[in-house]
Amino acid sequence: MRVTLTVNGEVRSADVEPRTLLAYLLRDEFRLTGTHVGCDTTSCGACTVLLNGVPVKSCTVLAVQADGGEVMTVEGLEQDGQLHPLQEGFWESHGLQCGFCTPGMLMTAYALLREVPDPDEETIRRAISGNLCRCTGYQNIVKAIRYAAERLSAAGAVAGEVK
Amino acid sequence: MALEVTEARPLGKPIKRKEDARLVRGQGRYLDDIALPGMLYLALVRSPYAHARIKRIDTSRAKALPGVHLVLTGEDLAAKNLAWMPTLAGDKQMVLAVGKVLFQYQEVAAVVAESRALAEDAANLVEVEYEPLPVVVDPFYALEPEAPILREDRDPPSNRIFHWEVGDREATEEALRRSAVVVKERIRMPRVHPAPLEPCGCIADYQRATGKLTWYVTSQAPHAHRTVLSLVSGLPEHKIHVISPDVGGGFGNKVPVFPGYVCAIVASIGLGRPVKWVETRTENLTSTNFARDYHMEVEIGATEDGRVTALKVFTIADHGAFDAAADPTRFPAGLFSIVTGSYDFPTAFAEVDGVYTNKAPGGVAYRCSFRVTEASFLIERAMNSLALRLNLDPAELRLRNFIPPEKFPYRSPLGWTYDSGDYAATLKRAMEIIDYPALRREQAERRARGELMGIGVSTFTEIVGAGPSHTFDILGIKMFDSCEIRVHPTGKVIARLGTRHQGQGHETTFAQVIAEELGLTTDDVIVEEGDTDTAPYGLGTYASRSTPTAGAAAAVAARRVRDKARKIAAHLLEVAEEDVDWDGQRFHPVGAPARSVGMAEVALAAYTNLPPGMEPGLEASVYYDPPNLTFPNGAYICVVDIDRGTGQVHVRRFVAVDDCGTVINPMVVEGQIHGGLTEGFAIAFLQEIAFDDTGNCLAPNFMEYLVPTAVETPRWETDRTVTPSPHHPIGAKGVGESPNVGSPAAFANAVIDALAPLGVTHLDIPLYPWKVWEVLRQHGITE
Repeated sequence: MRVTLTVNGEVRSADVEPRTLLAYLLRDEFRLTGTHVGCDTTSCGACTVLLNGVPVKSCTVLAVQADGGEVMTVEGLEQDGQLHPLQEGFWESHGLQCGFCTPGMLMTAYALLREVPDPDEETIRRAISGNLCRCTGYQNIVKAIRYAAERLSAAGAVAGEVK
Repeated sequence: MALEVTEARPLGKPIKRKEDARLVRGQGRYLDDIALPGMLYLALVRSPYAHARIKRIDTSRAKALPGVHLVLTGEDLAAKNLAWMPTLAGDKQMVLAVGKVLFQYQEVAAVVAESRALAEDAANLVEVEYEPLPVVVDPFYALEPEAPILREDRDPPSNRIFHWEVGDREATEEALRRSAVVVKERIRMPRVHPAPLEPCGCIADYQRATGKLTWYVTSQAPHAHRTVLSLVSGLPEHKIHVISPDVGGGFGNKVPVFPGYVCAIVASIGLGRPVKWVETRTENLTSTNFARDYHMEVEIGATEDGRVTALKVFTIADHGAFDAAADPTRFPAGLFSIVTGSYDFPTAFAEVDGVYTNKAPGGVAYRCSFRVTEASFLIERAMNSLALRLNLDPAELRLRNFIPPEKFPYRSPLGWTYDSGDYAATLKRAMEIIDYPALRREQAERRARGELMGIGVSTFTEIVGAGPSHTFDILGIKMFDSCEIRVHPTGKVIARLGTRHQGQGHETTFAQVIAEELGLTTDDVIVEEGDTDTAPYGLGTYASRSTPTAGAAAAVAARRVRDKARKIAAHLLEVAEEDVDWDGQRFHPVGAPARSVGMAEVALAAYTNLPPGMEPGLEASVYYDPPNLTFPNGAYICVVDIDRGTGQVHVRRFVAVDDCGTVINPMVVEGQIHGGLTEGFAIAFLQEIAFDDTGNCLAPNFMEYLVPTAVETPRWETDRTVTPSPHHPIGAKGVGESPNVGSPAAFANAVIDALAPLGVTHLDIPLYPWKVWEVLRQHGITE
């Protein structure tokens, strides 16, 4: 089956089997390997991407469901050579160790900051509770997201528009 | 605030991690991100039974499926003498089942096909007829005479794998007889799994033209894997190129060799095409190496005023169907003999029996230097039981029994020489941060109101950095590690080490060590690991050994470079070598700091303007054989409140004071502590790989095997004391595993402390709410 979708602003097409999952379309066909697969039960969230602005676990979305849609992956965060404040925050606050959960974590946080520009710690912890991390204990991830929220509010912008 | 990589004198500073530049962009290159032209995919057929004879395997339907290239069974491998492989523990393990299966999810057949999905389809078409056999789940039953013998290949036939003992049994039993107080406890550390977020996998790429095998693999120990592979396969070792790309967490899971790896290699050699195998999460949790599963019995003796007199431990270790631990050769129970912990026991004795059961093979050193977590949990729980019996505060009991600072280096009754420590200082720091006396007062008030508040103390000592070659080897290979440093003509450096990080930050921390020694910045040094064609030989990253071994090699290699640099500097400064001073960043003539040369000028001279007779170049290669292990320690205090309605435990505060000696990067150390505490929390409250009576695995995925989310994970408070290791070149001890080793007892002690007024002296972890609630119900105090 032919699917066509916009990925990080670029129109992409591929022939897929009906059973192909969005995660594997992104990884194997489009070679966007920043989206990771860490479990088979929709538990870990390493594969989180935005589909039409909403964070989804792409291991549990069929590629055909994304047909005609707009997908944003971790590769779409950096704009014109400028890291997104979330990426800066994760780096600055030691919000990652092995880095495997990081892309999914970043996408969930990105969606959170668009909804809630100034989230408190409890809000952040609830928002990222669908994304598992085995390395950091989350404390520095919370710090990283707060860092980004502060940077974004200082810039007077919402997550999606900042450069 | 993290510092940039261009910071001068970087050792001990929170330098931002170099690896993050790619990882925050999603540009890490993990195993499954690699795609080679013409690559095929491998899927495994696994047993639904825990113990069964294989009556028939029919692969014809699978083979007939278009796009399927190969189906392998145990018989096929047996024809190549590859049906069994050696484990790192000196046992052997079936690659694909021959004759019978010994655990649920055991590998029975392998299918290679054009795509991942097709390989799964074909795996489902392999028909296997089984005849179920009686199942042994309970390790105690395994040793009963009537229990079926599981491993018919063993001689003599027995479910006992090994008996290991250490210490003086007679003296210990005598001391216990003479002790005023003896406390006995049965303490179980359940089966858990390291479960790194990235599953295990590999790509085998055999080139028929050259006879060279390139093996990409999620490996914590690529060099050891190359040697094992060469020995097993007969391929010449220089024609095996192991590449461990970015690794998404390991925690011990990625030390062993798994059947899927061997099948992928056999398939690639047979087909002449690259073959990828990546396990699913279910395959990870059910077949690739659990940890713990120690069933321990402890007796601890003391005087009436609370001085410990003796420690005796008996343990049954459930290893599953194959002993696939990755322990050093002489240590079938790992370094469990650290079980006397931080305390000055006059005598001790420990014995461990390893047994086979119908469960997945193991047990790996999960974020632990070989059974150190089990030992620490045991002694820290036992000290609390003793405190309870003596009616003594658990912190006070510890302060009375710590090995005092003046006794270091301290020879333990079970044979270790502890390098350094100031245990009382570490505990007192934790007590001060949390205001321990105030907490105990608060607890008394709350108890008076019927509330359940507990305070848990754990003051553990680890043993890491395996290890000195006189004692430590794996399959005969000594456990040194290595570093090679090359300084380029412009003063920039590439360093390669025999370790392989999986998130620990070596690309930054080892660059800091080298930069500090050479007067450079972290930015000037690239650290590479994981490629056996370029890196010097080393045993890899696990058991908190990287900093004690490869980190030491890095410092020593850098100092050798500096020694040569000093000679070149003397030549450039036109003074004698002994008249050259190093101020930490530059060389200058003694007493004349205005005239100086830095490493960049020296490096250029090493290739362009050498002193007469000197060999060109500026590099060093060091294989570091540590003189001793290192002994990090810590004091953890945990405060919990228990809900009387639900049995839910709320961790209100957790203070962790660690002493890992010299700190290379405090930001990275804190990150390691946070992560390890979270894993310790999971082990204490959420996780167990349990089995039913017929050997069905009850936690085969993340729906059943719970990894804590951000919501239930407590907030961690960290601090440190610094007692450098006297024998490590920069005084560092290693830290990655301390929090996972030390914290489970702190959590358990806190919960049991809360329940102590009810007469509870022990509860086995995981402390599920229902388990706590059941205790409350029995005492009629549920709400």
